[in-house]
Amino acid sequence: MIAASPLVEFRGVEKRYAEGGPTAVADLDLAIERGEFLTLLGPSGSGKTTTLMMLAGFETPSAGEILLGGASLVDRPPYRRNMGVVFQNYALFPHMSVAENVAFPLRVRGIKGSEATKKVANALALVKLDGLGERRPDALSGGQRQRVALARALVFEPDLVLMDEPLGALDRQLREHLQVEIKRIQRALGLTIVYVTHDQGEALAMSDRIAVFAGGRVQQIGRPDAIYEKPANAFVAAFVGENNMLTGTVVTRHEDQCAIRLPGGQIVRAMATGAMMPGDSVIAAIRPEHVETGTTPPACCNAIEAQVEELAYHGDHSRIRAALDGGGSLVIRTPSAGDFAAGQRLPIGWCTDRCFAFPAEDGATAWRKAVA
Amino acid sequence: MPGSRAKLPGLRRWWRVALLAPLLLFLLASFVAPVLMMLSRAVVDRDLERLWPDSAVALRQWDGAGAPPDALAATVAREIVATRQAGTLNQVANRLNYDMVGSRSLLYATADRLTAGSAGTTVRDLARIDPRWGQPGIWAAMRHADGPLTRHYLLAALDRRLDADDRIVNVPAEQAVFANIYLRTFKISAIVALLCIALGYPVAYLLASLPERKANPLLILVLLPFWTSALVRTAAWAVLLQTNGVVNNALQTVGLIDAPLQLIYNRLGVYIAMTHVLLPFFILPLYGVMKGIPPTAMRAASSLGAPPLRAFLSVYLPQTLPGVAAGAIIVFTLALGYYVTPALVGGGADQMISASIAFYTNQSLNWGMAAALSLLLLLPLLLMVFAGRTMVRTVPA
Repeated sequence: MIAASPLVEFRGVEKRYAEGGPTAVADLDLAIERGEFLTLLGPSGSGKTTTLMMLAGFETPSAGEILLGGASLVDRPPYRRNMGVVFQNYALFPHMSVAENVAFPLRVRGIKGSEATKKVANALALVKLDGLGERRPDALSGGQRQRVALARALVFEPDLVLMDEPLGALDRQLREHLQVEIKRIQRALGLTIVYVTHDQGEALAMSDRIAVFAGGRVQQIGRPDAIYEKPANAFVAAFVGENNMLTGTVVTRHEDQCAIRLPGGQIVRAMATGAMMPGDSVIAAIRPEHVETGTTPPACCNAIEAQVEELAYHGDHSRIRAALDGGGSLVIRTPSAGDFAAGQRLPIGWCTDRCFAFPAEDGATAWRKAVA
Repeated sequence: MPGSRAKLPGLRRWWRVALLAPLLLFLLASFVAPVLMMLSRAVVDRDLERLWPDSAVALRQWDGAGAPPDALAATVAREIVATRQAGTLNQVANRLNYDMVGSRSLLYATADRLTAGSAGTTVRDLARIDPRWGQPGIWAAMRHADGPLTRHYLLAALDRRLDADDRIVNVPAEQAVFANIYLRTFKISAIVALLCIALGYPVAYLLASLPERKANPLLILVLLPFWTSALVRTAAWAVLLQTNGVVNNALQTVGLIDAPLQLIYNRLGVYIAMTHVLLPFFILPLYGVMKGIPPTAMRAASSLGAPPLRAFLSVYLPQTLPGVAAGAIIVFTLALGYYVTPALVGGGADQMISASIAFYTNQSLNWGMAAALSLLLLLPLLLMVFAGRTMVRTVPA
């Protein structure tokens, strides 16, 4: 059965912009299933856009191949790939009206007359721009332009829709609104979407699966909750969502758990990743919302003490920055306003399965990349 | 303080005017006023009025039908003698000669006879001195020159003139030169503009599509001619294109031609030199427009299913048209006024209207004619600039 094979497959794809130069994308093996919303997430320069551009046909892989429906795309130019691409700057044609823009892919396919008119009207209705067909793109707002770009990318019923940071130029409120719109349209039409973004919140909210890119390589691929709850390495832990990164040394290791000594001598337990042995330097990642606190020592294990440095009240939650004895600090997110005061001693703790230990070297480089 | 706030916009406006005023006054005094004064000479005609004031009044009172009244003849005769003695008859003679060839000798001959004691109080007396006084020609010429305005120069610039009965007629074929020169001027300018489009568009496209690091040295090559005077560049073409010049020698050495080609002192030389001189004026505005088209425009067209040529024709080209129009209009309007280049590398049949204007300004000193020719060159030019502005405005950049 055809449905068993993925719609798109990257096989050992590599991209160098210069012969012998650095790899923009390395060893990429990636399968995209029909009807899924796959997000390529990563910081700038991580290779996510290059990957998308190779799929669209604007860049040629230096090695490996890309298959669409089982057929190689290597020699197929962009205009014969039948993929709708939505660009960050919208790339609308300023000399054409909205309707002419949307009709453009139909016109080049020889679809004219009432059929084209009907398809254009349907596409504009789908993105809720009915009645704006006669406008020029420069008479539209940013959000409306992006809707036109979307309608234009959908009107010819492409096999695949590629989106390159489509909401990057919009303000936050509009962005969240359009995220919902894009998801609605995707579900309604059963679209396969490959979506590039550096905004991890956007990726978590929209995706069926996320591929986290860094340094030209996929760091982790999986469902949003898996990426967030079980990061595969320190980079993913740091890049997706907020994480406290505590340095320490492995004391003991027992199967998938290990005990770590923090600089202040406290011993905490974490989930071990990779082949870490006692004596190895590690980074322990624990999310602010998973740090438990209260006036009494928390019920779970890893109970230690910290000193409140800063408090910030955010309405639905409060954030506390607390210093650990012996160096290092961490952020705690607590639902209660609480009666905390700066300088106060605070018992904190977390469940072992919420804390992940990663090799320190890996973590240090990953951090640099994440903040770069 | 509402009072001061209300005053502010007015103050600000005056402040702006004050900032601009020195430049505006300078331009007004050094450019606008002289140009307008010069152009006014195309229609203002006061030579005869100034030198023969009584005749001018009498000429205006006469309806021009039939034989001139004797009173007019007496006034004219008196003022001929008066200006002859004052040494200013020359100016009247020149003016009348524009209208009727032979007027000058007629006036001087008449002046000689009148001072010698001939009677000159009636038309018949004058006709006895020279039979031409009995014909309508000289009287019509004087009537046309009675000021203060005249159609003479503008009509002449269009190869037309007023005949003795005040009808607009064509000048004799052998004197009809300006229509030809205007047509030639517009034709040369249009062909140079087309050549600039053909040669400049690919260059601008290359410049706009290359990364900045590679585009900048090329841009300097395009700009280089800007830093050399047009005179030097034109002279350089003369060196290259002459019969024993570099180009002919090279072609003969290679064996492509046996005898030297005539590349210069003809229309071909004018096209080559003018296109070269004007090419940067076309490339630069177009380059600016092309730089403004995001590279994603062509990618979008391609991803939507348009093959390269189709994408170029339906997405890229239309967006560059304002730049093409701007560049072509600049080249065309500059070419219309070209004078040095055709003079140096063209032949006699390649001179443009500026050469005629220069001739009337510097050599024949007929400034009325120079002004009329300039005015007829200026009007279509202003029209072009206006059309260009509307065109550029309606096509969104």
